[in-house]
Amino acid sequence: MSDASAPSSAFQNCTASAGPAGKTLLETRGLSKNFGGVKAVTDVDFRLGRGELRCLIGPNGAGKSTFFKMLSGQLPPTAGTILFDGSDITGEPPHRIARLGIGIKNQVPSVWDGLSVYEHFFIAAHRRLGARRAAAVADELLMKLGLATLARRDVGALAHGERQWVEIGMTMAQDAKLILLDEPTAGMATDEVERTVALLRDVNVSTSLIIVEHDMQFISMIAGIVTVFHQGRILIEATMENVLANPVVREVYLGAGRPGR
Amino acid sequence: MAPVRLSALEPLLWGACAVVLAVLPFALSTFQVVQITVFLIFCLLAVSLDLSWGLAGLLSFGQAAFFGLGGYAYAILCANDETPGAALAAGIVAGGVAAGLLGYIAFYGRLSAMFLAVTTLVVTLILLQVLGSTADPSYHIGAAVLGGYNGMTNIPSLLPEPTPFFWTVGGLLFLLIVSGRLLMAAPFGRVLAAIRENERRVELLGYDARWHKLAIFALSGAIAGLAGALFASWGGFINPEVFSLAQSAQVVIWVLVGGRGSLYGAAIGAFLVQAMTQYLGSIGTAYTTLVLGALLVSFVLVMPNGLLPTFLRGLSSIGIRQR
Ligand SMILES: Nc1ncnc2c1ncn2[C@@H]1O[C@H](COP(=O)(O)OP(=O)(O)OP(=O)(O)O)[C@@H](O)[C@H]1O
Ligand SMILES: [Mg+2]
Repeated sequence: MSDASAPSSAFQNCTASAGPAGKTLLETRGLSKNFGGVKAVTDVDFRLGRGELRCLIGPNGAGKSTFFKMLSGQLPPTAGTILFDGSDITGEPPHRIARLGIGIKNQVPSVWDGLSVYEHFFIAAHRRLGARRAAAVADELLMKLGLATLARRDVGALAHGERQWVEIGMTMAQDAKLILLDEPTAGMATDEVERTVALLRDVNVSTSLIIVEHDMQFISMIAGIVTVFHQGRILIEATMENVLANPVVREVYLGAGRPGR
Repeated sequence: MAPVRLSALEPLLWGACAVVLAVLPFALSTFQVVQITVFLIFCLLAVSLDLSWGLAGLLSFGQAAFFGLGGYAYAILCANDETPGAALAAGIVAGGVAAGLLGYIAFYGRLSAMFLAVTTLVVTLILLQVLGSTADPSYHIGAAVLGGYNGMTNIPSLLPEPTPFFWTVGGLLFLLIVSGRLLMAAPFGRVLAAIRENERRVELLGYDARWHKLAIFALSGAIAGLAGALFASWGGFINPEVFSLAQSAQVVIWVLVGGRGSLYGAAIGAFLVQAMTQYLGSIGTAYTTLVLGALLVSFVLVMPNGLLPTFLRGLSSIGIRQR
């Protein structure tokens, strides 16, 4: 891991604004994205500490996925900058951002239907490790995720929840510094959600996480600071209790008749 | 350590194929040896397309162009008194460089898959026009006169004797399939398969998909160039027909019929379609194209996955029923 206190860039000036979990890992300044006339994300100043677990919530169309896509290089921002781990990654292509240490699971499941579960983990780990060690990482993940019996099965043949785990597992195999998960428990049964919470707590020991979720149960289980997006802007950043108690949030989000699914 | 292990039976299959290739010339007439040699050259070409299309999902109609360029490179160097060996190497380079250039523009320009298919076809047809308009003897490269639509003749052969030439072509095809299969099972091949399935996912893991695609596309072009050079050597002639629409489509059809993605299917498809074309021609039917067309349509409708995958699935379903 590189040291954020290394003398570099304007990024330095912001580490002073110390957050709940120490030094800054990720920061955005004035980040915006327009699709033609649609302002999907507007002027977002966001900061994440190293080791932090953050939940991102907000009604449909609030701009959460667009925010994630800019962080991972899938969409170029219209304006603003993204600083990650001491470097400016604004407008960098996805593979470079991934190499710097950001892993992502998109909202829409994206896996390789014709490849086996084992191959998914192997390929994810092999980017940085030799074949032997990548194979070891893959085996370890198969055990950890309870997918060992499905190792040689094509991912296209798996159930929805299992496919989600495969994708989460890939971000783990990457050995990222920051993992972005866009609705990781979508389509999972309650017991699967509980297992995912346990898994992500474990991941959070070594990795920072930002998780977009609609599932309130999941968010209260996972705890952590919650950032609320609304119409492309950050509405509030607080603990879940304070977010729930906030009258503005109740009105635009919870009051909008969509507390969970 | 490969992420995918090949079946233990596969090396046995390779051994059997090697034996068949080695003894076949003794069981055949010279005419048949010569005939099968050209089928095997087409097998090389089909397998080259399967490496880019079947493995990495890169559909190109330019395989005939890389083939043709390889053939012309061979002919031109031979006419300039280079050794056939050097001319063969030039054929490989010509195909590889042409594919590399097209691939670079398409992949690094982030152009769509459709662009690749259309552009490779357009470039092929442009080559047809350009080489077709070189009838005037003033169009020459060194001592090589291009000859317009008549093409170039009297091209010296790599090996004048039919049987050693058969073994050379068969050996190259054998090597290509074996090393291609190993490549598919190796990490590089698995990344290419992942690119075929979902390229964005591959990039989000930190791989530069553009570079991977360029590498396999150029390799595929180089092999097509090799096949083209062998073809020019085989017949002693080459003309712009190799750049025609029919030829471009032909390669895709071979792979479609045999089934893509295994390399074996592509080779089987090329062999069977060419053998059938040959047979229909020899019994003198005027409807060769019509029969082949009907065959293709029925293939697309009845066996959209091609011969080999359908056959293998048939085998395994019999196996399940027996248990
Ligand atoms: N590629 C695109 N082109 C045009 N508009 C888009 C595009 N992607 C997103 N948008 C718009 O941007 C806004 C934000 O969308 P986004 O997907 O980021 O919301 P979200 O918070 O992830 O919503 P959800 O909870 O439904 O996933 C929406 O109005 C959406 O219609
Ligand atoms: Mg979303």
